[in-house]
Amino acid sequence: MEYLHSLSLVVPELILTVSGLIMVLFAAWGGAAASRAVSIACCVALGGAFALVAPSVCAGASGLETIAFFGQVRADAFAGFAKLLIYAAAGAALVVSSAYFEKRGAMRPEFPVLILFSALGASVMVSATDLIALYIGLELQSLAAYVLAAYLRDDDKSAEAGLKYFVLGALASGILLFGISLIYGFTGSTAFDAINVAMADGLSGGELFGLVFVLSAMAFKISAVPFHMWTPDVYEGAPTPVTMFFASAPKVAAVALLARLSLEAFGSQTAAWQQIVTFAALASIVVGALGAIGQENLKRLLAYSSINNVGFILIGLATASAAGAASMLLYLLFYVAMTVGSFVGLLLLRDADGNQLETFGDIKGLSTTRPALAWCLLAIMFSLAGIPPLMGFYAKLVVFQAAVEADLLPLAAIGIAASVIGAFYYLKFIKVMFFDEPVDRVQGKADTWHWVLLALSVLVISPLAWLATGWLGNLADLAAASLFIAG
Amino acid sequence: MIQVLAFYLFACLAVLSGALVVLSRNPVHSVLWLILAFFNAAGLMVLAGAEFIAMLLVIVYVGAVAVLFLFVVMMLNIDFAELRAGFIKNAPLGALVAVVLLVELLVVVILGQAGPVTLGTPDGSAAPLLGEGNTENIGALLYTRYIFLFELAGIVLLVSLIGAVVLTHRESRAIRAHQNIARQNARRPEDATELKQPESGKGVSL
Repeated sequence: MEYLHSLSLVVPELILTVSGLIMVLFAAWGGAAASRAVSIACCVALGGAFALVAPSVCAGASGLETIAFFGQVRADAFAGFAKLLIYAAAGAALVVSSAYFEKRGAMRPEFPVLILFSALGASVMVSATDLIALYIGLELQSLAAYVLAAYLRDDDKSAEAGLKYFVLGALASGILLFGISLIYGFTGSTAFDAINVAMADGLSGGELFGLVFVLSAMAFKISAVPFHMWTPDVYEGAPTPVTMFFASAPKVAAVALLARLSLEAFGSQTAAWQQIVTFAALASIVVGALGAIGQENLKRLLAYSSINNVGFILIGLATASAAGAASMLLYLLFYVAMTVGSFVGLLLLRDADGNQLETFGDIKGLSTTRPALAWCLLAIMFSLAGIPPLMGFYAKLVVFQAAVEADLLPLAAIGIAASVIGAFYYLKFIKVMFFDEPVDRVQGKADTWHWVLLALSVLVISPLAWLATGWLGNLADLAAASLFIAG
Repeated sequence: MIQVLAFYLFACLAVLSGALVVLSRNPVHSVLWLILAFFNAAGLMVLAGAEFIAMLLVIVYVGAVAVLFLFVVMMLNIDFAELRAGFIKNAPLGALVAVVLLVELLVVVILGQAGPVTLGTPDGSAAPLLGEGNTENIGALLYTRYIFLFELAGIVLLVSLIGAVVLTHRESRAIRAHQNIARQNARRPEDATELKQPESGKGVSL
């Protein structure tokens, strides 16, 4: 009975696993000709998993009946919310990747399979309530990601990105394992709730070391300052659809995992991690804002932008409250939409030969040559800068609101000040696109699916979405509440 | 007392050889030190009452992984003369590691005579369950309580396999020269050769 119940809770993961395994067989026998079919099948599998997770999020699943496999994973509304974002982001990456890689003659059916397994790992990460499940999920997701970064192996930059990501990621995994072993050694358990109980009567030196090591490794995975150095290089070197995937799905997973780890496993020692998270949040916001200023390459710029956004998300975590966790989820939702939108916009910047254009010089005067694209990018950049009435503003608003409610006024104030600095380079996009002399380099033919994705993400961040904020806020509150109801 | 002595012996040697893995400039030496480090870790595991993990360390890590490392490191620079010279140069170190391993084996055998080793944690709270070896315990837990994570670990390995193929496998058809017999037979002399009769004193343009 126990196993049947557990299995029924991990059905989305089972769907991804089984379809991934079947797709591996198709990839082995179908060869490159099967790429498109495998891509579509993987999208369908992600869609199926999405549809299965959605009801539990709407119902705000929480409590004992969400615990599977003796408390190793939990399929509550919090995990569900993150999973929806992960599946949507992975599906979006699949939609845009076929065209991109076919142009380079590099499309093979292993690509969608790796994305699928990476999404599976991310999905295990967000459900993990045990350090072993955490580690295995993280490794599954990262291992697939290392390969994806180096996927264009004949391209020097892609190979460099893959190697850098792998070496630094392996180091982070080592640090994480070291921290996990310390925590296990000093608390006597790998389960989050047992660790919480063991830490309740004060933090021993070993536990503190373990906590710091684990948080450092997680900071690497979400590319929070001071562990962000790899981000611009990897984001620039990796193929653009892969960069889009990196900036969305794994980041959502790692942020959700960090939230669950901090609030559940280390929930009784809030003060110990709160200052670390606060520092990482502020440093990420400031470094993300300042580092982006001199960048000419748009992908590097978006990498700094994602560092900056992670900082805002961490403000939500630093409050250590249910409202903060809910604001994180809402921020993540709009962050994913903005990330997908901005990278799809980048993918649409192609010259007459179909090569990707990636610098500010290429988009000068885009508004006269490609007005639709320029206006979409304008909406996304305004939203990233947090200018009302776009939803990027709402995301920042809920985070700051949670911070103010938790008496973290200085944190909110510095965050707002730094977001003004950040607005500079988002506005530079708009200045270059709308007020510079047109260079007319963007010639590439439009792809319908790219436009569908771009339109969808612009719709999500458009003022129309204000109508849904009540509903979304309710969902996020339910999800955050499920995190605080001890199983 | 004997356990404490053995613990410090294994622990010091493990730390020392671990440091030497990183510090030695010769990669072959590094792997040899690594083998020693694995072996000492196995000794520590025996002391902690985890004989199954100790066996895994010796059989899997020393027996397979480290030897594979050694092969790969030696393959990196395939110069046989140098390899032979390298063998002679590395022999003393290899012999030293072997002697240390032998001494440790003897220590274990002699200590084993002195009675069963039960160490675990200082207060013995983490000692293995009575009546069962921890091999049985691990087997029972791995396939029941931890089945989900165990299967996921299998997926991780599968992903690394796919990744290795994706990054290294090349469709070699374009590079390798194929003999197309039908095309060879269909080729006539007049396709390949041309007879010209140049006037004397003039060349031919090809």
